[in-house]
Amino acid sequence: MSDHWLVRPSSIRLLWRVFIAVLALTVVAEFLVAHHPHFRIESVAGFGAWYGFLACAGMIVFAKGLALFLKRPDTYYEDGESRDG
Amino acid sequence: MASAWLHPGLLVIAAGLALALLRGPARAAVALAAPLVALGVVLDAPAGAAWSGTWLGLQVQPLAYDALSRLFAVIFAIMAFAGGLYALNQKSRLELPAAFVYAGSAIGAVLAGDLVTLFVCWELMAVGSTLVIWSAGTAPAYRASMRYLAIHLLGGVLLFAGIAGHVAATGSTGFERMALDAPAHWLILAGFLVNAGAPPLSAWLPDAYPEASWSGMVFLSAFTTKTAVYVLLRGFPGTELLVWVGLFMVFYGIVYALLENDMRRILAYSIVNQVGFMVTGIGIGTEMALNGAAAHAFTHIIYKALLLMSAGSVLYATQKRKCTDLGGLFRTMPLTAACGTIGALAISSFPLTSGFVSKSMISQAAGDEHLLWVWLALAAATAGVFLHAGIKFPWFVFFQKDSGLRPDEPPLNMRLAMLLFAALCIGLGIFYQPLYALLPFSTGFVPYTGSHVVVQLELLLFSGLAFFVMLPMLRRTLTITLDADWFYRRLAPVLVTAGFLALRAMGRTLAMARDGGMRRIGAAALALHGPQALFARTWTTGGMVLWAALLLAGYLLVVYA
Repeated sequence: MSDHWLVRPSSIRLLWRVFIAVLALTVVAEFLVAHHPHFRIESVAGFGAWYGFLACAGMIVFAKGLALFLKRPDTYYEDGESRDG
Repeated sequence: MASAWLHPGLLVIAAGLALALLRGPARAAVALAAPLVALGVVLDAPAGAAWSGTWLGLQVQPLAYDALSRLFAVIFAIMAFAGGLYALNQKSRLELPAAFVYAGSAIGAVLAGDLVTLFVCWELMAVGSTLVIWSAGTAPAYRASMRYLAIHLLGGVLLFAGIAGHVAATGSTGFERMALDAPAHWLILAGFLVNAGAPPLSAWLPDAYPEASWSGMVFLSAFTTKTAVYVLLRGFPGTELLVWVGLFMVFYGIVYALLENDMRRILAYSIVNQVGFMVTGIGIGTEMALNGAAAHAFTHIIYKALLLMSAGSVLYATQKRKCTDLGGLFRTMPLTAACGTIGALAISSFPLTSGFVSKSMISQAAGDEHLLWVWLALAAATAGVFLHAGIKFPWFVFFQKDSGLRPDEPPLNMRLAMLLFAALCIGLGIFYQPLYALLPFSTGFVPYTGSHVVVQLELLLFSGLAFFVMLPMLRRTLTITLDADWFYRRLAPVLVTAGFLALRAMGRTLAMARDGGMRRIGAAALALHGPQALFARTWTTGGMVLWAALLLAGYLLVVYA
């Protein structure tokens, strides 16, 4: 069953190419539409693209940092609570 | 006209009580018909107070319609219908009746014209929703339902104290816009925010909801938090504090969902995230922002229920809920995967889905008010929603690795419920005018401009790029992330146990001191009054005469000296 079209390495490579092409298209499309920016930063080229990417990267890194302090095995509460069920 | 005397909330509650006694086709007929009748009544009713009177000497309006309450009553009735359809094959005899009491009291809460009726419905919702969690029938669900109830009773107490203070100060039970100028209003706001899943008590939501059954969480996701959004919209629009509370909720939801392994806990954190967008909009408080918050509550109920129906179908078919155990299910559950993906696109506000036409109003309002930092945070959060729910949920459940599981699609009623809500997600994204017509204000907002669509696609697709580039950092582990519930699940029991031990030790010390003291007093008494002690032994006559003579001599000296 592992040879479903979606999971073949060749199709995954194809999907990546299509994805990158679409990404490029969205940035190009920015120059084809009229903008009514509220803020100066909106007018920087490809604002949505780089801001979206950096914001997500930042959130992932922040989450991993927080996890260093707050991550516990998922049986953490079961040990203490199963007595009084 | 039925709308003058028929209360849609009470109708759904009565249907819930009837469902407890019915079986088979009659149960299905009532579960499907009652919400539809309620929907018809809500749409048909004229604006204004339909019921009013006095109760305990207080003016009450148990049934009142305006644009805002009608919008929420409409979506609650639609949700009760789709939830009922989805849960028709639920074996539990308690869950569907409880869910209908819960849904009916939520409709009652949004149609309440006064604070007293609101409070009664508020508490009834807490009871109904606790029973929904409880009816999952597992020990963890029971414990979670008790924690859930404790938090909501706390919220109810805050709300009751606030309402009592408000009525005492103003003499009015009317539910109007309030300013944060009195302790009573702060208490009301705190009571509302507890139900919204706001900090510091957000943890009740991801703690309790995922313990409900595969169908129970579908109901739970809709009513409590959205009723809270409704009361905030009515009571506290334009309260600046809510902007910051909302933004905190938005990022809290994203960060915790990114670290989560349980598929329905991911979606639970994302409820907090989505309600955060609405609370931010309420805090901004312009007509555009309030419309956006109200519309987002409407569309959110549909796509979040759709996501949870798809997650519920996976749970129903596989009995598994952890991303580490799932994956590759698109092979044998293509419909569930497609519906889950449509819900994921809608929550991410992709153009042509319902989330896009609602959320863009909140961003637009932040821009119109020149709130740069709020606007930037909302844009980052929009990308973050795609990251933590839009891709993460479908990817880890339906794609990623092949888990080897080959479950079948769920039964027909569950598939129909998913198809209905998937159709609404896309339908509202394209034909948004009927939704905009239901909103409280008319702003003439146009969601589909070239600039909106392109910038939104950039934000989302590059967020997708970040997801796949950083996938190794997002690998799922068998972990949870500690939250504020640690204080009452771990610290408080430890403190109570320690306090108990300390009290016992103190008691023992006191008892020892007491016993030691008593012994010393006893020994002293024995020494003076014992059988052979000074005061108890027999004295000689000569000795007595001597002492008597000495006493008399003493008198003489005292009198004449």
